Amino acid sequence: MTRAAGWLLAAAALTLPLWLSSAYHLHVAIMAGIFGVLALSLNLLLGFTGQLSLGHAAFFGIGAYTSALLTLKGEWSFWPALAAAVALAGAAGWLIGRLSLKLRGAYFVLVTISFAGVISLVSVNWIELTNGPLGLPGVPAPELFGWSLRSKTAYYYLVLAGIALSYLVCARLVKSRIGRAFVALRENEPLAESVGVDVTHYLVLAAVVSAAMAGLGGSLYAHYTRFVSPEVFLFTYTVTMVVMVVAGGKGTLAGPLVGAVLFTVLPEALRAAASWQWQMLAYGVLLVLLVFFLPRGIVPAVQALRGRDVS
Amino acid sequence: MTLAVRDLAVRFGGVAALEAVTFDVRPGSITSVIGPNGAGKTTAFNAITGYLRPAGGRITYEGVPLTGLRPSAIARRGIVRTFQRTSVFPALSVEANVLTGLHLRGTARFLEVLAGRRRLAAEESGLVTDAAAILEFVGLAHRRREKASSLPYGEQRLVELAIALAARPRVLLLEEPRAGMTGAEKTIVSGLIRKIREQGVTVLLVEHDMRMVMGISDTVIALNGGRVIAEGAPAAIQAHPDVIRAYLGAPRDPA
Repeated sequence: MTRAAGWLLAAAALTLPLWLSSAYHLHVAIMAGIFGVLALSLNLLLGFTGQLSLGHAAFFGIGAYTSALLTLKGEWSFWPALAAAVALAGAAGWLIGRLSLKLRGAYFVLVTISFAGVISLVSVNWIELTNGPLGLPGVPAPELFGWSLRSKTAYYYLVLAGIALSYLVCARLVKSRIGRAFVALRENEPLAESVGVDVTHYLVLAAVVSAAMAGLGGSLYAHYTRFVSPEVFLFTYTVTMVVMVVAGGKGTLAGPLVGAVLFTVLPEALRAAASWQWQMLAYGVLLVLLVFFLPRGIVPAVQALRGRDVS
Repeated sequence: MTLAVRDLAVRFGGVAALEAVTFDVRPGSITSVIGPNGAGKTTAFNAITGYLRPAGGRITYEGVPLTGLRPSAIARRGIVRTFQRTSVFPALSVEANVLTGLHLRGTARFLEVLAGRRRLAAEESGLVTDAAAILEFVGLAHRRREKASSLPYGEQRLVELAIALAARPRVLLLEEPRAGMTGAEKTIVSGLIRKIREQGVTVLLVEHDMRMVMGISDTVIALNGGRVIAEGAPAAIQAHPDVIRAYLGAPRDPA
């Protein structure tokens, strides 16, 4: 992405609520933004260290529940609850990182799936805390200096700030020796070790940052929909994140955002155009086409067209 | 200042890959490990660099034990290796490969990176300069921007050498650095190894090419069947009856 294009996109994102008249369109934009944070988060693990977390919804859900419970039952205000959601999700990421210390590839995938399964069961069965399958309604809208961020426009800017922060974290990490260590683990782990890259340290670090970011997404989601139930742990959420990252271009900075926008807007657009069965069919066909023709994702394909193949 | 291997034993299941292997690598020397296939050369390398946990024995560097340390911790102590099969970071540019090798020279910590501390930009540009100098040294400066996996085989091996050099080795373990190279490339590599030694780096070499081994080494260690069968100057090793027997087989008994 050239600098000019970047500024243009930023300007478009900042002025979007002026262009979108309907509340529904703004809702789609907010959801795309929340998924953008989640996709950026998953990409840190999947795209850069090459480890697939198929339980990523767990960190998202932990963030959502933490934030909802602290504001509802603990009567915390939004901002400290958000920080706690990020911290607790990050701690869960640390745990998973440590557990899967020696496990890579398929084993890492299994550990993350199991973890999400366990956490989901807890949310359903610890009824005194979570209200079980009924969920937690009435999560308060955030406030900023006494202003309620209840309106969709205000919330849009909150989510935009969340994306900007997540993107900045990813960009700074990736362009540093830490990001190079992440990529080295993906590209050739024994060689990375031979030049002094501490595998465990960097895998755990990537897992913590990734999980914390998913926790941020979870908190943003909880205070937007104002309702949290065990559905936040659904495997579908994880799959959606993976599709966004892979289609957009894993291991690129812009890819997850492109994927998040595309795969939030597209299902909504299809919903208006066709019945449910046709929607799913069209969605499936598009996915197959993408994997077939742009196996590395949209952003790398565009970069290749512009002749900047090597990162 | 020596790398010392004492009574090293490595077993795979019931098979003894190395048994009672003892040798020293003198600082500043080029020492070669030779032996027929299956003699245990690669196993010895893997044990020294922490990729294998020995069943017994001690490996020390400057008196400090290395046994039981992880490969990254051993690299941190200045003992850096290359691999028998070409081993680069394939999807990255040649420059990014070397920058990754410079990992230990960077000091940026997590929170500093997130905060975008200004000193990091200076450090990064310093690393880029270092990488350029290393690529110049191995003769790959013109390939800087190319993807490592797109390079011809011989040049990929040079990238590998550049990565290892970036890790600032004090002892450099090279595993068949000339395997699969063209004649011209082989000459370049031999020259580079000599230059590396002149800079004070100790070189431990596994190599099948006897002409190179005999021409470049100060000391040669011959392994066979997991044991050291001879150790000494190249000429002595070349004439050593056990070494000749290991390579050519035992002379037939007179009938």
